[in-house]
Amino acid sequence: MTSTLFSDRLTMGLTAPPNEMVIDPAGSPTTHEHSAPAATMLPGRPAPLVVPQPRRAIRGLSRNDVLMLGGAAVSSLSTTALIFGRLTPLDGQFGALVVGFLIFVATYGVLVSLTENRPTVVDRVTTVFLAGAALIAIAALFSVVAYTLWRGHDALWRPNTYTKDLSETGPQDGLDKGGISHAVVGTLIIAGLSVLITVPLGVACAVYLNEKRTRAAGFVRTVVTAMTALPSIVAGLLIFATWIVILGFQRSGLAASIAVSIVMLPIIIRASDVVLRLVPGNMREAAAALGAPQWRTVWHVVLPTARSGLMTSVILGVARGVGETAPILLTAGFTASMNVNPFKDPMVTLPLVAFKLVGSPLPAQKARGFAAAAVLMVLVLLLFMLARALGGRPVGQLSKRHARRAAARSIQDLNRMQARHNSAEPRTIPGDGAEPSGVT
Amino acid sequence: MTTTLPRVTDVGASEPKQRGLESKRGFGDRVFDKMTSISGLIVLAMMLAVGLFLAIEANQALVKAGWSFFSTAEWETGRNHFGVSAILLGTVLVAVVAVVVAVPIALGTALFITEVAPTWLRSTLIALVDLMAAVPSVVYGLWGLFLLEGQLISIARWINTWFGWIPIFKVNGADPNDPLSSQTVYSASVFIAGIVVAMMVMPIACVVMRQVFSQVPVGEREGAYALGSTRWGMIRVVALPFARGGIIGGTMLGLGRALGETIAVALILSPRNLITLHILEAGGNTVSSLIATRYSEEQGFGLSALFAAGLVLFGVTLFINFTASWFISRSRSGASSEA
Repeated sequence: MTSTLFSDRLTMGLTAPPNEMVIDPAGSPTTHEHSAPAATMLPGRPAPLVVPQPRRAIRGLSRNDVLMLGGAAVSSLSTTALIFGRLTPLDGQFGALVVGFLIFVATYGVLVSLTENRPTVVDRVTTVFLAGAALIAIAALFSVVAYTLWRGHDALWRPNTYTKDLSETGPQDGLDKGGISHAVVGTLIIAGLSVLITVPLGVACAVYLNEKRTRAAGFVRTVVTAMTALPSIVAGLLIFATWIVILGFQRSGLAASIAVSIVMLPIIIRASDVVLRLVPGNMREAAAALGAPQWRTVWHVVLPTARSGLMTSVILGVARGVGETAPILLTAGFTASMNVNPFKDPMVTLPLVAFKLVGSPLPAQKARGFAAAAVLMVLVLLLFMLARALGGRPVGQLSKRHARRAAARSIQDLNRMQARHNSAEPRTIPGDGAEPSGVT
Repeated sequence: MTTTLPRVTDVGASEPKQRGLESKRGFGDRVFDKMTSISGLIVLAMMLAVGLFLAIEANQALVKAGWSFFSTAEWETGRNHFGVSAILLGTVLVAVVAVVVAVPIALGTALFITEVAPTWLRSTLIALVDLMAAVPSVVYGLWGLFLLEGQLISIARWINTWFGWIPIFKVNGADPNDPLSSQTVYSASVFIAGIVVAMMVMPIACVVMRQVFSQVPVGEREGAYALGSTRWGMIRVVALPFARGGIIGGTMLGLGRALGETIAVALILSPRNLITLHILEAGGNTVSSLIATRYSEEQGFGLSALFAAGLVLFGVTLFINFTASWFISRSRSGASSEA
């Protein structure tokens, strides 16, 4: 009788000790009354207490889960097809997707509720919604990438797209003439100039914010934070008004890269600031304790430790700057021919060419615009993959190559010290020679 | 068994002098101080110059227009009849549509990445969301204009047909009962522009939320599981309350980004300065697309008026960004999750 009761409890997952096993604390008055003998009698534990249970799988999908998900999917597919194909005059792929998803969730909820309790049903249904959100995000990304590549593919695989500019191309010319090489070159030059301006300044300023914990540094940090809110079009308008309208310079690559720098600088500073702040304080203190001056600590300890994160933040800032259209629209002008001089004459970039060309009613121009967008996207993709390859590691963790190099340097140091030690042995300080005899 | 120690006083004759705590900074350190301080100063000067110049340029137009700058809908600088009420409303509507669409997706994706996804999928998903943030806005704009708009028009028509009685979903000139009516009344609307901007804002909000969710203390997480909670129960009771500040902060960062978006909005929205809440109706305008379309036509005073509009936009985004960082730094997850 009792054994079945216990086994019932055990299968329910409860492990409360049975009442008989509770021992009264020695010295309490109740034990004195009942048990005069010294020995305490414990009632024997019922023998078949442990009922073997199948091991539970705590992760992964069981066969039941798979069947439920599959069943719900099949049912939602067929119901949606029925609704949209036969019963109602509805149309639109979006509507079908939404209706299908809702039917799927409802069916799945009902299926789960056949075997599980309410909290589990809620858990499963919300999990489906979370997965749905992630799916929407990924689908949007793939759709953006695939659509741009698909619309631009006509122009993308032609070599003249990359070797020619649009200066000798009439509006009616097909895709076999002309290209967007001037925009590729313009993008690279403007991005390169902005990198030259922002990266040294940005990283130095981030070091300043981290090494000097003064009121002034706090003020600089606040101002930089505020400037991340500056809309990029306003930065463009600013350079347009000062550089071009007031100072009377031409629209040029330099003006564009200054405008882009104003957008990029706060982003790079803030990202590097966050990365540098993650460098453990004890590494800094260890360097100081070994007698390193501050600049050596920064140069040999802080910056190498944060290298991976700094690379990532810089490259992502550059990717952001490369894709900026709005400030370049106002400051770089528009040209159809190749210009490699950033100080003179208008210069175009890929996003600007894409923006201008897709507005054209001519299919060939439109295709070139999409090709420009696709090339831009591939460029950003490459930068992004570079950032992942170089960085993406937590602060202080070295890549394999760097770890090998550090180990080699360490061995070299050891050899050097040993060599010096060996060569220095004969030239011991006088007076030390007496010491060994004293010790033994 | 006592140990005798040599008497210290016998060794040194002179008393050691007390040393100051300040160490003397060498030549290298002084150069280092100068260099970093100068770079900080340059950045400060640049940023202050930007802000100051913006204010000075805008001042001329603001003084001339007075308070009517905030109540006028038209933008006719020649007749001295211009104001930001319509375009500011348009900007806010686009941003609000974007945030309303983006935040549930961002929150769901962030929770999926941190709580549900198996480990092998997690890093891939993180990389994909980061990549989504890096895709240039002109690419999103093209995608929205040529692919998404056609799909969204039918959604807009459906919303208008069934929920047209709610004021913001009303569309002037649309007749849901007429199957042959033109669909162009639903195109180029704030709704479509907002959804395209939502796709740009989503990864930004998602990154902040994911970082905060990944900081939920393991002890509390496992405590909830140990008490018999389901995964959703744990998320509701432990993760969401812990991450509240980060969720609000991420949302507001996304809002700030959405307010300043130019190119995608300029591609999709057909310019129309009208104070209206009808988000499904064709036409509308935002501050940044106004600047992008008008800058070349304006000279002198007109430019100053554009600066005034830009200054107002900057003020709004500034306020929102600082509120966001205040929420993030006040939350339990703390300032380490600053984005």
